[in-house]
Amino acid sequence: MTLLTGWGRTAPTPARLSRPRSVEEAAALLRAATGRGAVARGLGRSYGDAAQNSGGVVLDCTALTSSWAHDPATGLVTASAGMSLHDLMTELLPRGWFVPVTPGTRHVTVGGAVAADVHGKNHHVDSSFGAHVRSLTLLTADGTLRALTPDDELFWATVGGMGLTGVVVEATFACVPVETSRMWVDVERTRDLDETLEVMTATDDRYRYTVAWIDLLARGGRMGRSVLTRGDHARRDELPVRMRRDPLAFAPRPRLAAPPWVPGGLLNRATVGAFNATWYGKAPAARRGLVQGIAPFFHPLDGVAHWNRMYGSRGFVQYQFVVPFGAEETLRRVVERLSNAGVVSFLTVLKRFGRGTPGMLSFPMPGWTLALDIPVGQRGLAEMLTVFDEWVAAAGGRLYLAKDSRMPASMMAGTYPRLDEWRAIRDRADPEGVFRSDLARRLCL
Amino acid sequence: MKNALGSVDTVLLLGGRSEIGLAIVERLVRAGARRVMLAARGGTAPVDRLRKLGAEVHLADFDAARPETHAALIEDAATRLGDLDVVIPAFGVLGRQAVYDADPVAAARDVAVNFGGHVSIGLAAARRLREQGHGTLVVLSSVAGVRVRKANFVYGSAKAGLDGFAQGLADSLHGSGARVVVVRPGFVIGRMTEGMSPAPMSVTVDTVADAVIDGLRSGRRTVWVPARLRPVFAVMRVLPQAVWRRLPR
Ligand SMILES: Cc1cc2nc3c(=O)[nH]c(=O)nc-3n(C[C@H](O)[C@H](O)[C@H](O)COP(=O)(O)OP(=O)(O)OC[C@H]3O[C@@H](n4cnc5c(N)ncnc54)[C@H](O)[C@@H]3O)c2cc1C
Ligand SMILES: NC(=O)c1ccc[n+]([C@@H]2O[C@H](COP(=O)([O-])OP(=O)(O)OC[C@H]3O[C@@H](n4cnc5c(N)ncnc54)[C@H](OP(=O)(O)O)[C@@H]3O)[C@@H](O)[C@H]2O)c1
Repeated sequence: MTLLTGWGRTAPTPARLSRPRSVEEAAALLRAATGRGAVARGLGRSYGDAAQNSGGVVLDCTALTSSWAHDPATGLVTASAGMSLHDLMTELLPRGWFVPVTPGTRHVTVGGAVAADVHGKNHHVDSSFGAHVRSLTLLTADGTLRALTPDDELFWATVGGMGLTGVVVEATFACVPVETSRMWVDVERTRDLDETLEVMTATDDRYRYTVAWIDLLARGGRMGRSVLTRGDHARRDELPVRMRRDPLAFAPRPRLAAPPWVPGGLLNRATVGAFNATWYGKAPAARRGLVQGIAPFFHPLDGVAHWNRMYGSRGFVQYQFVVPFGAEETLRRVVERLSNAGVVSFLTVLKRFGRGTPGMLSFPMPGWTLALDIPVGQRGLAEMLTVFDEWVAAAGGRLYLAKDSRMPASMMAGTYPRLDEWRAIRDRADPEGVFRSDLARRLCL
Repeated sequence: MKNALGSVDTVLLLGGRSEIGLAIVERLVRAGARRVMLAARGGTAPVDRLRKLGAEVHLADFDAARPETHAALIEDAATRLGDLDVVIPAFGVLGRQAVYDADPVAAARDVAVNFGGHVSIGLAAARRLREQGHGTLVVLSSVAGVRVRKANFVYGSAKAGLDGFAQGLADSLHGSGARVVVVRPGFVIGRMTEGMSPAPMSVTVDTVADAVIDGLRSGRRTVWVPARLRPVFAVMRVLPQAVWRRLPR
């Protein structure tokens, strides 16, 4: 038995962890699963218990990497589910292509990207990962392989289905052509939340990628002050001359590593406050046409390996919700409450979502999404998040399963209106309930 | 499943009318537990309060003195509740020593509940928790078992046995993901001790329940209530027998 947690390092549970190297091996492991069932795991970048299965089998899919192919005529990529987006970028960028969607870390697998229907900074124009997938190969509970397309209901139960319909073994998805491996970025600071929302609403659509980092420790008149970074892939002629020789170079710097043991109180109000003040202060009031690499623009946190250890041994929770446009008041109340409570959130990120996919348990919907990290142990945290749950649900919003580690089952049932439809399809694909995870038990999926 | 902030989904209370047990369950429900089973002799227990708090409450017939039924009860609970997150055997009888002196059969019967019943239900529950890979067994021991007194040595010796059993079980579950919390209250003012004059450092049922919740959160293995009984008993344990024997109660 191996103790597993998600990225937040909370609620560890033991499981029989195996790492199949082929689809046949994976099928054999599924057949051998006992009453506690089995679930796939990628790179463990979901924050909570989605890729855990207490007392059961967990299939580490990161060795399912046997194939990948790219068709430059169509831009379609077919990749084994265990490949990471990092590996794909390394292959694709020199050829002048980029993945259709990347989350805030590129250390996620294709399987994990499908299962969580991940979104990136381009959601407002390009939707989520599932929108770009043309076909999937799914290993189901009976050990058979099913080829699925967006015309199949099981396809949309799998996209966003958190590994509970089967093991994704391969996916084909459309990539985007790029002239360079650099980003052309505008940075600007806003004074408060109103201005943040105004600027994003008015001008986000001019950019393919946008995000706002909110300084939650700023209070009063400065509450909600933010740094907006927005941009697009740089064209070759936008690069400084010295970069034009090798415009598609992609070699993210080797990573620093956080020490394996960090005292629990390291991230406190003082240190995070200092960090936030510096970050905000460092950002130019407005700066246009900054040229940045892929890594610093999309994945600033990947620069420090194991940064999640910075939160100490008790771990941390990530709270990410979406509320529809028109529910700005809910967003404001949450930010206000967080600021007033002096909640220590290291990275608080606000984004505008565009259209969702037909994924039945897919998270994104048109609206505002806010994501924050909070160390466990902060007083009154459970109660505060319960209040937020109520506000979010009342506003017609919901929480992201890939980040969740604490919502009650009632919140899930009340905010994912297509849950029953999803269950019916899942039950047909997996009548004996082989696919199970701690998340599924906790949320009564 | 226990979530990232320590709240649980399911609770099984054995001795479904126990004052201390119900106080613990109520706190767990307030913190988010949604499915509860109260198992008591005759299958009746106070459900209204817990249902008002939003819990789905199941009832089951349970007699601690019938160990042959215990494995099936645990199974039934797991079928109705799902994974068992917290299991609380809170049954017990506090007979008078004078009565036991006169009626050895009654003494043996109560020991069978206070010790034997906990052994069979504890082992059955542990098997399930081990299989699940998570879950906590809350064992209500007592300072009466830390060093047995002549004033209630039948009850005390059963608690001493229970405490030893719980320690051993905790060690045997180590590494399985499941765990045991051993609770050692002193004199608790409540139904069980009705009519007795409170001992020094006595506590209320609510204090015990709060301490148990705290213990569940912190991951502590032993919970003394009140906490200062721990140093007190460190001394009590080493008092010479001649002194101990003369203690009034
Ligand atoms: C720093 C950081 C930033 C992030 N930013 C974003 C963001 O901007 N947007 C966003 O959407 N997400 C974001 N995430 C979350 C992350 O993208 C998702 O949790 C993603 O699913 C992780 O992929 P993984 O390979 O690590 O999967 P795991 O975390 O191991 O598993 C996640 C889920 O996918 C399932 N799964 C994994 N592989 C397979 C497979 N082969 N077949 C079937 N199911 C499978 C698992 O069962 C589980 O339910 C971020 C995470 C981190 C740590
Ligand atoms: N109160 C204290 O001072 C104190 C101190 C230390 C430890 N403890 C321990 O804490 C636990 C809970 O005590 P409490 O204060 O909550 O007492 P309580 O309210 O009297 O509860 C004890 C429960 O045990 C039940 N019970 C007795 N025999 C049983 C049997 N054969 N089968 C099933 N159930 C049986 C009783 O059922 P009925 O409802 O039918 O009577 C009663 O509900 C006990 O183990 C006790 O020893 C208590």
